[in-house]
Parts: sequence; structure tokens; C-alpha cells
Amino acid sequence: MPDGGTAIALPPAARGRPVVRTLAPDQRLMRWTLVLAGVALLLVLAAPMAMLLVRAFQDAEGAWVGIANFTVYVTTPSLAVSAWRSVWTAAVATLLVVPLAFVYAYGLTRSRMPARGAFRAVMLVPVLAPSLLPALALITLFGNQGLLKAWLFGGTIYGPAGIIAAQVFACFPHAALILSVALATSDARLYEAAEVLRAGRIRTFLTVTLPGSIYGLVSAAVVVFTMVVTDFGIPKVIGGSFNVLATDVYKQVVGQQNFNMGAVVGIVLLIPALVAFALERWATRRKAATMSGRAVAYVPKARLWRDVPLLLACTVIAGLLLAVVGTALWSSLITFWPWNLNLTLNNYDFARFDTAGWGSVWTSVKMAAAAALVGTPVIFIIAWLVARTPEAGALRGVVGFLVTAPLAIPGLVLGLAYILFFNHPANPLNILYGTLAILALNSVVHFWTVGHLTATTALRQLDPEFEAASASLKVPVWTTFGRVTVPMCLPAVLEMSAYIFVNAMTTVSAVIFLYGPDFKPAAVAAVQMDEAGQSSAAAAMACVILGVALTVKIAQVAVSAVIDRTTQGWRRR
Amino acid sequence: MALIAETTLVQGAAPPIVGAPYLLVDHVSKRFGAFTALRDVSLSVVAAELICFLGPSGCGKTTLLRAIAGLDPASEGRITQGGRDITGLPPSARDFGIVFQSYALFPNLSIAANVGYGLRGALWPKTRRQDRVIELLALVGLAEQAQKYPAQLSGGQQQRVALARALAPEPGLLLLDEPLSALDAQVRQHLRQEIRALQRRLGVTTIMVTHDQEEAMAIADRIVVMHAGRIEQVGTPEAVYRHPASAFVAGFVGRSSHFDAVVQAEGLRTADGHLIPSPPPAPIGTSVKVFVRPEDVRLTATTAGPLSAEVTALEYLGPVCRLALADGRLLLEAEASPDALREIGAQPGARIGLSIPPSRMLIFPGDA
Repeated sequence: MPDGGTAIALPPAARGRPVVRTLAPDQRLMRWTLVLAGVALLLVLAAPMAMLLVRAFQDAEGAWVGIANFTVYVTTPSLAVSAWRSVWTAAVATLLVVPLAFVYAYGLTRSRMPARGAFRAVMLVPVLAPSLLPALALITLFGNQGLLKAWLFGGTIYGPAGIIAAQVFACFPHAALILSVALATSDARLYEAAEVLRAGRIRTFLTVTLPGSIYGLVSAAVVVFTMVVTDFGIPKVIGGSFNVLATDVYKQVVGQQNFNMGAVVGIVLLIPALVAFALERWATRRKAATMSGRAVAYVPKARLWRDVPLLLACTVIAGLLLAVVGTALWSSLITFWPWNLNLTLNNYDFARFDTAGWGSVWTSVKMAAAAALVGTPVIFIIAWLVARTPEAGALRGVVGFLVTAPLAIPGLVLGLAYILFFNHPANPLNILYGTLAILALNSVVHFWTVGHLTATTALRQLDPEFEAASASLKVPVWTTFGRVTVPMCLPAVLEMSAYIFVNAMTTVSAVIFLYGPDFKPAAVAAVQMDEAGQSSAAAAMACVILGVALTVKIAQVAVSAVIDRTTQGWRRR
Repeated sequence: MALIAETTLVQGAAPPIVGAPYLLVDHVSKRFGAFTALRDVSLSVVAAELICFLGPSGCGKTTLLRAIAGLDPASEGRITQGGRDITGLPPSARDFGIVFQSYALFPNLSIAANVGYGLRGALWPKTRRQDRVIELLALVGLAEQAQKYPAQLSGGQQQRVALARALAPEPGLLLLDEPLSALDAQVRQHLRQEIRALQRRLGVTTIMVTHDQEEAMAIADRIVVMHAGRIEQVGTPEAVYRHPASAFVAGFVGRSSHFDAVVQAEGLRTADGHLIPSPPPAPIGTSVKVFVRPEDVRLTATTAGPLSAEVTALEYLGPVCRLALADGRLLLEAEASPDALREIGAQPGARIGLSIPPSRMLIFPGDA
């Protein structure tokens, strides 16, 4: 211990003396890495979006034209009609999905029906498929040469009916996930209070269950609405001549090479997403306020009159989900639809339909793997820096905003912003254009927010004083990051990487503008094969994508289970 | 506070603190944005003493601890430890060990690995590190638990692991941030004595933050009472209890009843006319605030004296009973043994006599 006697000789003027703070090397590293992260995010997110905004106010030659493009947009009847169509199809799809998902989620969380685990697994299948898969399946059944075309009584599946039906399939798991979380986190004490106060089942449902899940319902509705408005794959495949906003962007940019009008439509497409983003944050905040830390989890008791109807409803819904996947799989095995129904693997010989052949599958796998392998550590480290950098102040706010923003940007819009920015001749980064790297980068940025939220949730469960404790023990912060933080968050890290991989694998809208001739992703190849009338091959490609995504997801679940078992010594009491 | 000096500082003066100052807090302020958490705080901590920061939540006690640790460095002023200016240094450049309220043990590391976490580098070769871990685990009585994980231990055991981890690198200063607040009352009492014994044995200068005055009284050499970002008083437990430096300290530390009065020639006159006999503690006509400890209210069976009151409530606490007394608007709390109360017939509804020795009244300037 140092000798205390030397402490007396102090210069006098300590009062009011401002303190000059010095940071330790590890703290400095954290701070500068956070600065670097902020700059990088400005470059790969803010700059492209700014470029999109600027181009909407310019003509093709780059001259400033004010709101002229927007005036043209509003006065072009076909474009305004598409906007309206996007809105009403999304509204109808939302009205269909949310009640179905509510019933399903209610069955999963509030009943004792059997096989709830299997129902939960089936619910997630649509997440693993590209969105055009249900559209292809519907065409097989109800298309011009569909088996069940007669069921439509002369109507057509190409157009709003097909779009809405396919969107219900594609959006169902997202709504059901949100609602099952909302229903699972209800407070058992409220139900006990209602029972003690002699409220009947229906009154309890109306006064406790519904109000308790109202924010979950709002979240589910806005998420579904936004997904439908911004999805590109489904209207492209099954929309026929029924144009919507998403197909308009594509037509303006790819068809007419009118980037300025494309930017205008992109900004219009951004509006519902931004409104949904704001609503969603509002609902999340309100939900957090209604849930006290002392809530007791609700455990349902077996009750036949409730469980049997729920089991039937869930079986029908799960059956339909599987039927859609099954139809796509079956149609991918048909020799020559609808004349030769013999089964064959010929449709999987992609080289017959597309010069890239199986190459596009490998492109997608490589892109998704690169996005997951690079994106996961980067997203996790930045989430950790945002949470734990000392005295980060405004920097924390800026980076925190930048990593949350991608949630509000539809893939199509981000993709468009990327070609405008990275394809600009004056941009030194344009060497990236047309490479696999830009596809992976776009995927990482597009799916950043969900990964960030997963990481933040996991980090929030760690003691906030880990860094302080290790500093007091003179252990640099990166040692503790490696020895404690990462091992403790491993399940979340795996979940993040599987999420990025699966979404990068299945997305069409994020990459449709960006791929170069040498690197065509599988989902884009499927869209093009369908466009060329090779719908069986397109279905085969969609099934391959589903297969890869399913394999990765199962691998993640399996590895998580192993980790859980090997680390149970410290995870459980 | 000249008012008190005359009446209360006469007896039982605090023993002088001997020893060299090890830690000096010199005019330190801390602001968080517009909020000032510490206002011009000065304090000197003697080597090898155990000092407690005591105060209600939000008083700045944890802020001061974190400023000393460098976790949230001070905005102004100077802090020196062993003669070295540490005010702006990062925590890793200082010399202290800390136990957090949550313990912040690393859940995925064994108890031994947690304790040995800070024993790295050339100074701690493997065998020396292992020996030190074994020594510390034995010191806190957890030698058997070395290979377990924190979640497999009880709260009190986790607390000891945190203590062993903080002490392992032989820090010059031990900081304890509400280390016992997450534990049951019984474990808490036991552990605070263990902490005290360990601190005495190792002779490590220790600062403990607590909002529990009993805890502070029980183990501290000196108590620092804090309120609204300022230090109200620094003193031994007895000095703080018997000779509070401010009305806040009188009201916060220990139980007391209080009333407002005006100094008159024959004693203290309350607003509704009661006269408490006393030599004038201050110039005639001064408004004062008077605090009385329950054990200082003397009770008698006869109501002939200048003061009497009705017993409005009686709590039986085992060795003593606590009484609520009321006479008009004069409300007092008193304590006495059950036997004594039986003798004077103090039952709810009964009227008994009482007196307050002038030397035991804690008198402070009034609001007026």
C-alpha cells in the first residue's frame, strides 16, 4: 500500500478546477471503433439514401427540377392507380392475416392442445421460402392451366386475388410470431383477479386478453401492411397486368431506365414503411409500459371446449401452409405442366433454363454466407459498442439511429439507392458495382436492425457492470468481451447469423437491381425463369432456396441445443 | 452551528481520527447534463479505516463512489489517492477493488476463474495465481466451491466471491457499493460482521455505500452522511447519532420526534403553547427545530409535572416497547422497557407524565 503521508502537499486551487479526463487504451479503442462504425454506416446507408432523395428532384441529365418529377407522378393516372392498389391489397391481406395469426398464436400460447412445438415449426416455414414460392404454387393450382381453375368460377388468380392469397401465406409467420410473443407475455395475476371477481370467459377475453394484446395486434397489422406494400416477388409473379408500387419501381428502373421516376416511386414506397416504423415503435413503447417486472407468466389449464376447436383451426391453417409448400414442390417435379404429369428431376437441371444454372444457387449461398459471417460480428460488436462505450454521448445517438433506420427502408428502395450511389461514375466505390461484395453488403445493411435488436436484447441480460468490474481488475475490455460477453451471447449470435443467412438467401427485392451478370442470385433466377414461362423450373429453384434455408435454420437450432446442453452448468441453478 | 454547540457537544465527544489521510476528495462536483449530483464535496479518508457513505437514494453517495473509482469521473475538483492525483484517470489506471450491488460476477466462469480474473501478467505467474486464489477462497470460506459457477451459489456466497475477486490483486482501496442490499436480513447481519472482520484483518482502506443506517452504524469507523449532493456530516457512528450536525442528519439517522418552538427565558415554547423547561439554548425569541430521541423521553406515572401526554399507541418489540404520545399537537415517540411501562401504567388511552432532559434535546435553527 502506498504511503499516505505524501498526500498532504496539495496545490490549493481544487475548487472549480475542471477535470481533464483521460481514457484508458481500451476505452479509446471502443470510442474510435464506434466513430469508425458511424462513418461506415453513413457511407453504406445514409449516403445512398441521400442520393436517392437527390435523384428524385433531378432530371435524367442531373439538372435540378424541383418537385416536377412528383408532379408527373401524381398526374400520371397509371402510377397513382398503382399506389391505390398497393394500399387496398395490403389492407385486405392485413385484415385476413391478423385474425388467422391471432387464432394460431392463441392456440400456441393459451391452450393445452397437443403438438404445439410442431405447429410452431410449421408456422415458421414460410419465412424460409422466397416470397414468390406461394405465388408459383397458386399459379400451379389456379393459373391459366391450373388444376383447380374451375373453383374460381371464371375469375382469375392473376391480379389482386393471387397477390392477396400469396401475401397471406408469406406474412402469416411474422404476424403469428408477434402475436404469440404478445399473448405469451400476459400477466397471470390479471386472469386470477378476473376469476376471483367472477368475470365469465367471454368477459375475461374482452377485458383482459384483447386489451393486453392490443399493441401486439397493432404491431402485427403494421408489419404485415408494410411487408405487402413493399414486397416485389409476389406481384411480379402473380400480379399479371395489375401493377402495384413495387412493380412500378422495377418497371421505371429496369424497363424504362428512368432512374429519377424510380427514385420518386421509391420515396413514395418509403412513406408507408416510415409510418409503420413510427407506429411500431409507439406500440412497443406502450407495450413495455403495460408490462410490469413483477408479472407472473400465464400457464393455461387444459379445457376441452377451448382446446379442441383451436386444435382444429390450427390444423387447418398449418395444413394450408404445408399444402402451399407441397404444391410448389410437386409442381417442381412435373415433367411438362399440365400435359405430362409424370414426375422428374429435370426441372432441377437449371442449366436447361438459365445460363447460370446451379451457379446462381452457389452465388446466393456465397452471398448469404458472406453476409452472415461478416455481418454478424460487425452488427454484434457495434451493438455492444453502442451499449457499453463510456461517455459516448451524441455518438451513441447517431450510431443508434443509423442501425435502427434499415427497418424502415424497403429492400427495393435500398437496392435502388445502392445502384444510384455505387453505380455513380464519380464514386470511387463503384468498383464494387456488379460484384458479390455489394450483394452481401446490401443484405447486411438491409437486415441490420433485426440483428441489432437481437444482439441488444441479449446484451441487456448481462450485468451492466462487467466492463467496470474488469477495468477495476485492470483487465482490458476486449479480454472480457472475448471471455465473457461473446460466450454468454452465443445463442443470440447464432440466431443473428441464421437470420441474416436465411433472409439474404430468400430476398428478391433487395438484390433485383444490384446483381451483375456474373453473380445472379437464385431468387432472381427464379423470377426470370417464371418470366420466361418456365414455371416448373422457377418452382424448383424456389424449393432449392427453401431447402438451403431450412438446412441452415435446422443447423442453427441443433447447434444452439448443443451449446445449451454443454453450458447448462452456468446457465441454470 | 453555534446553537448546538452549547447544549449538545459537551458530552461524549468523538474520538479524534488518527492516521494519515490516504484518500483526499477536494472540492469535487459532478454534473450529469443539467443535473448536479455532487456539489463541492470535500472529504479525507484515513488509511485502513472503514468509512460508510450514508444517505437516502439520490443523495449522491454512489456518484461519489463512482467518481473515486473513475467509473463516472468528477466534473470539477481533485481526488488524490496515496498522494497521486487520480481525478481524471480511467478506472484501470487506479488502484482499487470494487464489489457492485449486483456483484457483476462472470456467470460463465468458475468461482476460481472469477477470483483469479484480475491476476494476470508477469506479476502473477500461474502457480502464484493459483496460490492466491486458494488463499482468498479460504479467507472467505468458499474453498470447497472453487469449481462451481456463480449461479450455483447462494446470494451470500456470491457476495463473498465478489469480495474475494476485488481483494485478489491486493488493492490499496476497497469500494463496496451497497454490497448487502440484495440479501436477506439475517444473511446481511452476518455478512456485515464478516466484512468488518476481514477489513480489520487485511487493514485495507474501505469505502462502503449504503442506505441502511443500522448497517453503517454497526460497522463503520466513520460515517459520511450525504443529502442532495452535499456532505452533511462526517463523524463516528456515535457522533452522528448523538451530535447530528444538521436537522437533516438528526431526522435521517436514528428515530426521533421533532417539533418547532421559540426560545423563551424559561424554556422552549411550542406553537400551541407547550413549554418544555430548559435553559435558553439561544437568544430569547429565536425559532428553533427540536429533535428528541425516543429513549430520551423520560416517563413518569404522575402527571403533576409541566408535561404530560396521552398514550395513543403502543408497540411491543420484545426488549422494549415503543409508545406514541400526544398532547394536543405535541406528538412524541418514546421507548422504555415493558417492566417500566407496567409500573407507570402506560396503556393506550392512559395519561402519563413526561420530561425531556435539556441536554438531550437536539436543537437546530428553525425555518423562520
